[in-house]
Amino acid sequence: MTAVDTPPSANVGTTKLRKEDAHLVTGRTQWTDNLQLTGMLHVAVVRSPMAHARVTKVDVSGALEQPGVVAAFSGADLADHWAGGLPCAWPVTEDMQSPTHLPIATDEVRHVGDVVAVVVANSRYGAADATEFVDVEYEPLPAVVDMEAALADGSPLADTQLDTNRSFTWQKIDGDVDAAFDSAPHVVERRFINQRLIPTAIEPRAVVCAPPREHREYTMWSATQVPHILRLMLALTCGVPEHELRVIAPDVGGGFGSKLNVYAEEAICLVLAKRLGKPIKWTESRSEGYQATIHGRDQIQDVSLAFNEDHTIRGMKVELHADMGAYLQLVTPGIPILGAFMYNSIYKMDALSFTCHGVLTNKTPTDAYRGAGRPEATYAIERLMDEAANELGVEPFELRERNWIKHEEFPYTTIAGIEYDSGNYEAATAKAKELFDYDGLRAEQQRRRDDGDPVQLGIGISTFTEMCGLAPSRVLGSLSYGAGGWEHASVRMLPSGKVEVITGTSPHGQGHVTSWSQIAADALGIPFEDIEVRHGDTAVAHKGMDTYGSRSLVVGGYAVQVACDKVVAKAKRVAAHLLEAAEDDVEFDAGTFQVKGSPDANTTMQDVALAIFAAHDYPEDMEPSLDSDATVDPENFSYPHGTHLCATEVDTETGAVTIRSYVAVDDVGTVINPQIVEGQVHGGLAQGIAQALFEEAVYDAEGQLKTGSLLDYYVPGAPDLPHFTTDRTETPATTNPLGVKGVGEAGTIASTPAVINAVVDALRPMGVNDVLMPASPQNVWNAIQAASSASTTAASAADGGAA
Amino acid sequence: MIPATFDYVRAGSVDEAVDALKQHGDEAKLLAGGHSLLPLMKLRFAAPEVLIDLGRVEQLRGVCDLGDGRLAIGSMTRHIDVMDDPLVREHCGVLADVTAKVGDPQVRHRGTIGGALAHGDAASDLPAVLAALEGTLVAQGPNGTREIAASDFFVDYLTTSLEDDELVTEVRVPKIVGPWGWHYEKFTRVAQAWAIVGVLAMVKRSNGSIEEARVGLTNMATVPVRASGVEQALAGHSPDAIADAAANAADGTNPSSDLSASAEYREHLARVLTRRALEAAAR
Repeated sequence: MTAVDTPPSANVGTTKLRKEDAHLVTGRTQWTDNLQLTGMLHVAVVRSPMAHARVTKVDVSGALEQPGVVAAFSGADLADHWAGGLPCAWPVTEDMQSPTHLPIATDEVRHVGDVVAVVVANSRYGAADATEFVDVEYEPLPAVVDMEAALADGSPLADTQLDTNRSFTWQKIDGDVDAAFDSAPHVVERRFINQRLIPTAIEPRAVVCAPPREHREYTMWSATQVPHILRLMLALTCGVPEHELRVIAPDVGGGFGSKLNVYAEEAICLVLAKRLGKPIKWTESRSEGYQATIHGRDQIQDVSLAFNEDHTIRGMKVELHADMGAYLQLVTPGIPILGAFMYNSIYKMDALSFTCHGVLTNKTPTDAYRGAGRPEATYAIERLMDEAANELGVEPFELRERNWIKHEEFPYTTIAGIEYDSGNYEAATAKAKELFDYDGLRAEQQRRRDDGDPVQLGIGISTFTEMCGLAPSRVLGSLSYGAGGWEHASVRMLPSGKVEVITGTSPHGQGHVTSWSQIAADALGIPFEDIEVRHGDTAVAHKGMDTYGSRSLVVGGYAVQVACDKVVAKAKRVAAHLLEAAEDDVEFDAGTFQVKGSPDANTTMQDVALAIFAAHDYPEDMEPSLDSDATVDPENFSYPHGTHLCATEVDTETGAVTIRSYVAVDDVGTVINPQIVEGQVHGGLAQGIAQALFEEAVYDAEGQLKTGSLLDYYVPGAPDLPHFTTDRTETPATTNPLGVKGVGEAGTIASTPAVINAVVDALRPMGVNDVLMPASPQNVWNAIQAASSASTTAASAADGGAA
Repeated sequence: MIPATFDYVRAGSVDEAVDALKQHGDEAKLLAGGHSLLPLMKLRFAAPEVLIDLGRVEQLRGVCDLGDGRLAIGSMTRHIDVMDDPLVREHCGVLADVTAKVGDPQVRHRGTIGGALAHGDAASDLPAVLAALEGTLVAQGPNGTREIAASDFFVDYLTTSLEDDELVTEVRVPKIVGPWGWHYEKFTRVAQAWAIVGVLAMVKRSNGSIEEARVGLTNMATVPVRASGVEQALAGHSPDAIADAAANAADGTNPSSDLSASAEYREHLARVLTRRALEAAAR
C-alpha cells in the first residue's frame, strides 16, 4: 500500500467541510414539502380562533361543495380512529393532571390554534380556501392565561373536564435547606421571568403520509427530529401496527426541540391516508405554526441563595411556576424538571430545594426548546450570582470563583446528586477574560460612569455548565421518563472497501453525516470520502432514539465508535488468519493490519472486507461478516461548560442595547470537527441573545396570541448580532471513549444571562437591578424610569422624614 | 399564509391599468412591488378580488428632471434604483439616503417608491420624507391626471386621498439647493423591522445659524407628521437652540401603543431622536 495524503487516522479534530452542505445550500434537497406523490391530496386544518370555548356545532358540508374538495371531517367524524389522545411520555408525578388531547377536538377547544376540523382537497390552495366554508359554532369559556391566577381559588379552568389547573407539583430537596437559610448572614432573593418563546425553525413542519401500496406498510415523511419515537407513538395513537408503519425524516431544516414531538397533524395525516387510501400532505404556514407548534420557556422563577460571611453559598431555594399550555405534549412536564439538577450549576452548596408547579393554561403547549429547562435554570443562577455580588459588594468573578468546583475536585457529586465527570472552570475563565480584555473594559466602564456618558457600558458574565447527552436510561427511568436514552449504530463493510454507517440519531442541520464519517474513518482506517452515513428512516436505521438534548455525538457518536471497534476486532481475526499469524501478533493502525516484526506481512481493512465477502478463506469459528452493531447506554450525562462574557452599550436616553463584544470560551471536551462546533456555538449564541434582547410570545387577557407572525415576533438576523469571539478549552469527558461533550445547546444556555447581566451592569449606577426579557428598548427604558422614580420617591420620603 | 383566490390582470400601460381600475372599482388592488400587499393577503387581512399588476408598465419607471427645479420619479421605480439614480443622488440626496434604510436588501430590490407611498403606512420611511420635502404625487384616473401635495395625500392609517380608480404615476420632489444637511434617525427593534419611530431632520445653515429646519416624523400618528413647532423654534436661531426645540417634537403627534412601544415612550423617543437628527443634520 502507498501512503495517502491525509492519514485516515487524522480526521477527528480537524475541520472537514460538511458533506451535507452542497445539496443543502443549492436547494437540491428533499424537504418533506417538496415530495410529490401520484394522487396526493392536501389537508388544510380549521383551527379555533378562541382560546377556550365549547364547540357546539361543526358542519363541514359547506366545504364539501367547494371546488376540488374531496373530503372534510370534524372531530366527531374521526373520533373512532384514535386509539387514544396524543401522548405525553413524561408523567412526572403519579397524580399528574393531563387534558385529553385528541388530534381533532370534539367538544372543547383549549387554545387558539386547537384543531376543530380538516378539509382535504386536490390542491393546497383549494383546501385552504374551503376551510372558510366549515361552519363552527363556539360557546366562549373564560380563558386561563396567567399562571399564578390559574392556581388561585375560584379560577376558571383551562380544561373543564379537570377540577384544577395544577397539572402537578414536583419537589426535590437535597440537604437541610432550613438550616442553610435560618441563620444565614446573607440571603439574596429574586423573582425572574423566563418569557415564552417560539422556536421558529427555518423549515416549517410538514407531513406526507402514503397508504400501503405494494407492501402492507404506511409510509410517513415528516419534518421531525424523532422518526423512531414518532413511529412508536403513532402506532399506539392511531391503531396502526408498528411494523406496518415506516417513518422517514428526510432533509429537515432545523427543529430546536420543536420537532421533538408527536403532533396532531401527523396523526391526522396517517388516519386520513388510512381512511381515503390516498397520499396526504400537510404543510404548516409560518403563522399557523406559531399557534400549532410547541412554544418554549414560560416560567416564573422565585429563587434565593443563602451565604456565609465568607461568601460561600450555604444553600438555594427554587420555586417555579411553569406554563404547560393547554396540553401536555410529548415531554412538556419534564422540561422544567430538568432544571432540578441545574440550579446549583457549577457551585458547591450544602442544600438545594426545588419545587415546580406545572400549570395548565389556554395557550399553545410548551415543550423542549433549545436547552429545555437548563437555560431557565442557568439564567436564574447566573443572574442571582450577579445580584448577590452586588449586594455583598464583591466582584462577580470573585464570588463565582469562591464557590465553584475546583478543577482538582472532579469528579464531583453535586448537591443535586449527579456526578460532574470533568471540568476546568479556571482555565475557561482565564482564557475568556484575556480574549475579552476584561480589565480594559472595566476601566472604560468606570470612565463612562465618571463622565456621565449617556451611553453606559455593561459587562455580563456567565460561567455555566449544563447536563446533556440524554442518556442514562436508568436515570431517565427514575425521573419517570417513558423511554431510555441509549443509541444505536451499525457499520456495514461493503465488498469494495466502502462503508455505510447507520445511525439512530436523526440530524436536522447538525452535520452528523460529516462528523460520524470522521469518527468511522479514524476507527476503521478508511478514507473519509469512502464513508456514507444513513439515518432518519426507520426502514434503514431500524433502531434509534433520535436527536435532541445535545445527545447525538455523546451517545450516537459513541455508538458509532463502538460498532467500528467491533468491526476492527472481527477484521483483525480475519487478517491474522490470512496472514497466517497469531491474532495477538497483528497490529492495526491507520487501516493496515501488520504482523509485528514482519514488514512485508500486512493487509488492509479494504482487502479484509473483500476477502470476507468472497468468504473463501476465513476463520472457522466466525461468521463471514465484518458488519457490526452497537447499542450504547452511557452511565452518565455529559457536562459541557464555559465562560461567556458580553459587553453591552446601553443608550440610557432611548433604552437601546447594542452588544459591543461577545467572547465565548466553551469546553465541550474533545472536538470532532472544530468548524461544526463553532457553527453550533454561533447558532446557540444567536438564539440565547434572541431571548435576552428580542423575542417574546405575547398573549392578551383573552388568550389571543399577539405575536402571531414574524411581523411581531422579532427573530434577530445577522445585522442584529455582534461578531462572536469563540475559543475553547478541552477537558475530555471521562464518560465516553471519544471524550466528547454535547455542544448543541451550550451557546443558548450560556448567552442569555451573559447579555442580561451586562445590561443590568450598565444601568446599576442608575439604581436598576433587573430588566425584563426581552431587554427591548421599551423594557430597558421602563426599568430606568422605574428606578429613577423610586429614587425620587426615596429622596422625598427622606425629606419628609427630616421635616 | 395562503391568500384567498383572486383574478390577475397584467397592465401593459397606465391607460390599461386605469381601465382595469375603472372596471373593477374597489374590488381591485394595484400590485407594485408587493412587499406590503402580499403579506396582508397571505394573512387574509386583505382579499382583493382582482390584482392589477403594474410590473410591466415601463413608462412608470425611471427618474427625470422636470426642468422646474423638481425631479419626477416614476412610481414603479424600485427603491434600489432610486438610491442609485444619479439625478436623485445629485439633487435630492436625502431621498437616496432614507431610501437606503427602507426594509432590507430584498425589499429594496422589489419594493417601489409609488407602492410604498400609496400603501399609506405612516410606519414606513418614505411618507415622512415626502412630507418634509413638501413633495407631490401625480395621480392618474379616468378623468386625467392631478397633482396631490404630500400633506393632502395621507389621510389616515393605510388610507390616502387616491380614488379607487386612480393610480400614482409619479412622485415629484424639489431639487435641494443651498447648504442643506440632513439626517434620518430610524429606531427599530430588529434591523429589517419598521421604525418604532423615525425622524428625518433637514437643516439649512446660513452664517452659523439655522435658516430653515424641517422635521418629518415616522410612525408618530396615522399619517406622517411635521414637527412644525420645532421647525419654527429653530428658524433663524443658532444650533444651540436644538435641544430646547426638540423637547417639543412630540407636540401635535398622536402615536399608537403596540407591542414594541407605548405611546408615551414613542413621544419620548421622538424628542430624543429629533434632537439627535437635528444635531447631525446641522453639523
